[in-house]
Amino acid sequence: MSYKLQFAELLPYWNVLLQGLIFTIVLTVVSTVAGIAVGTAGASARTFGPVWLGRVVAVYVELIRNTPFIVQLFFIFFGLPALGLKLSETTAAFLAMVINLGAYSTEIIRAGIEAVPKGHIEAGLSLAMTKWEVLRRIVLNQAFRKIYPALSSQIIIVMLGSAVVSQISAEDLTYAANFVASRNFRNFEVYLLAALAYLVLAMLTRALLRALGRVIFRAR
Amino acid sequence: MLQFSFWDILSNLLIATQWTIVLSLIAFACGGIVGLALLFMRTSRIPALEWFTKVYIEFFQGTPLLMQLFLFFFGIALFGIEVSPWTAATLALTFWTSAFLTEIWRGCVESIPKGQWEASSSLALSYIEQMRYVILPQASRIAIAPTVGFSVQVIKGTALASIIGFVELTKAGTMLNNATFRPFLVYSLVALIYFCLCFPLSWWAKKIEGRLNVAR
Amino acid sequence: MSLVSIRDVRKSFGANEVLKGVSLDIAKGDVVAIIGRSGSGKSTLLRCINGLETYQSGSITADGIEVGGLATNLRELRRHVGMVFQQFNLFPHLTAAENVMLAPTVVNKVSKAEARATAAEVLAKVGLSEKMDAYPSELSGGQQQRVAIARSLAMRPKVLLCDEITSALDPELVNEVLRVVEQLAREGMTLILVTHEMRFARDVGTKLVFMHHGKVHEEGVPKEVFAAPRTPELQQFVGQVG
Repeated sequence: MSYKLQFAELLPYWNVLLQGLIFTIVLTVVSTVAGIAVGTAGASARTFGPVWLGRVVAVYVELIRNTPFIVQLFFIFFGLPALGLKLSETTAAFLAMVINLGAYSTEIIRAGIEAVPKGHIEAGLSLAMTKWEVLRRIVLNQAFRKIYPALSSQIIIVMLGSAVVSQISAEDLTYAANFVASRNFRNFEVYLLAALAYLVLAMLTRALLRALGRVIFRAR
Repeated sequence: MLQFSFWDILSNLLIATQWTIVLSLIAFACGGIVGLALLFMRTSRIPALEWFTKVYIEFFQGTPLLMQLFLFFFGIALFGIEVSPWTAATLALTFWTSAFLTEIWRGCVESIPKGQWEASSSLALSYIEQMRYVILPQASRIAIAPTVGFSVQVIKGTALASIIGFVELTKAGTMLNNATFRPFLVYSLVALIYFCLCFPLSWWAKKIEGRLNVAR
Repeated sequence: MSLVSIRDVRKSFGANEVLKGVSLDIAKGDVVAIIGRSGSGKSTLLRCINGLETYQSGSITADGIEVGGLATNLRELRRHVGMVFQQFNLFPHLTAAENVMLAPTVVNKVSKAEARATAAEVLAKVGLSEKMDAYPSELSGGQQQRVAIARSLAMRPKVLLCDEITSALDPELVNEVLRVVEQLAREGMTLILVTHEMRFARDVGTKLVFMHHGKVHEEGVPKEVFAAPRTPELQQFVGQVG
């Protein structure tokens, strides 16, 4: 039983696939920046903020980490309109990604903050710095330095997970692949190409993050 | 339009949850077996086997699970074999799970001090004997917490099987949403059920890890 | 006919040559003490004898087996050449008896009953009969090291290699281990020890080997070598250690 893989039939659709790829990249970059911001805020709240706020953050984190991303996505896109909050596919996709990465980052960054020796915090406080100044200037950069690899891994995991946004018709790489498949029925070829594109993207992101880490965290 | 009560929705979801659990268990068990084989290959010091496992892990960890599901679903069909969503989902999740479990376990094996390897090899034990009697018994104790932690990822991964048509909890939710037009309720319940499945495992994994750190 | 024969062995770790042509003959029943500064290559030489390290040129033969060949040779070699480590390396998930019984049952395919009898015998020899069912975490350093010795003895080796086996022990525990080694020597076991215990080397050793910069610098009967070191390096070393 021979089947010739017809990659050539994908060529006419290179533009569609490229646009999907760009959407995935933009989605990842924006969600990463916003997600880490959320994570930093969440981790800070849990370690330095009032107890009630810490509990709220804890609930948020556990909810997100113990439910599938696709369910979160469906909840935001299909569920929220029932409460009057209607979002476009793109907005819903971004929001779901940010909320998702935000929860995981909160946990990762929190671990980093808790690993900073108490002595450093006490030293800062006894120099009359406020809790927030100590956080900003002393704790956070040590914490980030330590958890940077774990955070980088999580970014890539979330990027790969973004393939799911195609299910609410956000026009990412997977959506583009679905589109092409529906046109020429070369399902296997297009999904293989898309998978490899994601793989290359993951490898490049990993290399980029590693280089970025070396620049930001120059050994002192 | 058929009227679905709250309990209609919930009971349908719970019925579908059985399939989520079954798929999770099978993927986890089979993935574990494959992962163990990969572990032996990866640490065998035979270059061809090590290279193969590295490529395997790179592929299954570096591509979206959704793509893997599509590839198995459409790829097997190319050979003329009828593939059901169930088969494709089981295969994809098994291989995906095996890639992650093998890396987790490799980390545990590599954390065993070199002296254990040297002492056992000085007693003339072969590689397989070293792994079986000395290294794995110790590594598996360390591996329990992260392995239980990963089981949570497997359960969440089964949600993607809905996309290729396998009727588990998420698919049931989608179907019920289409039938009832009550997405907020339906997806809240879906999320809640996943939470009830996953949270105990997450909590247990954290507890084991805590106990292990105290014992050191 | 020497039991262990080392001929012009050279070994490098990358660009760093650690053994620069070592030759040594060890006869049956010899108790060889290898001394020298850190970095002189003592432990590396020992580890080459049982194949834990490979070497680039020269030859080593132990009990008729060529060291430095295929994997099957290593398994056979290690049934005849045992090793005791500085860090004991007991298997923490097994009791003392199980530690001792493991290799005989798995490698020599001895029955469990026979292995247990052997374990009782060797553990009695090292003075730990009552600790047969204790786990390593329940034993002191000296006790752990004695179990490690028993574990090697259970394989009935022809040669026992000891790599600084007392260096990781608190001073008051060193003697109990040295006494066991002394008894083994008296019973005719061939021993090669890398050690810092000079008094032991002088009183129990039959041959002293002083290594310096990867070569055998001086060799001889311990009492004579210690009393009258020929080379300035050994004079300095002995003077420092006292």
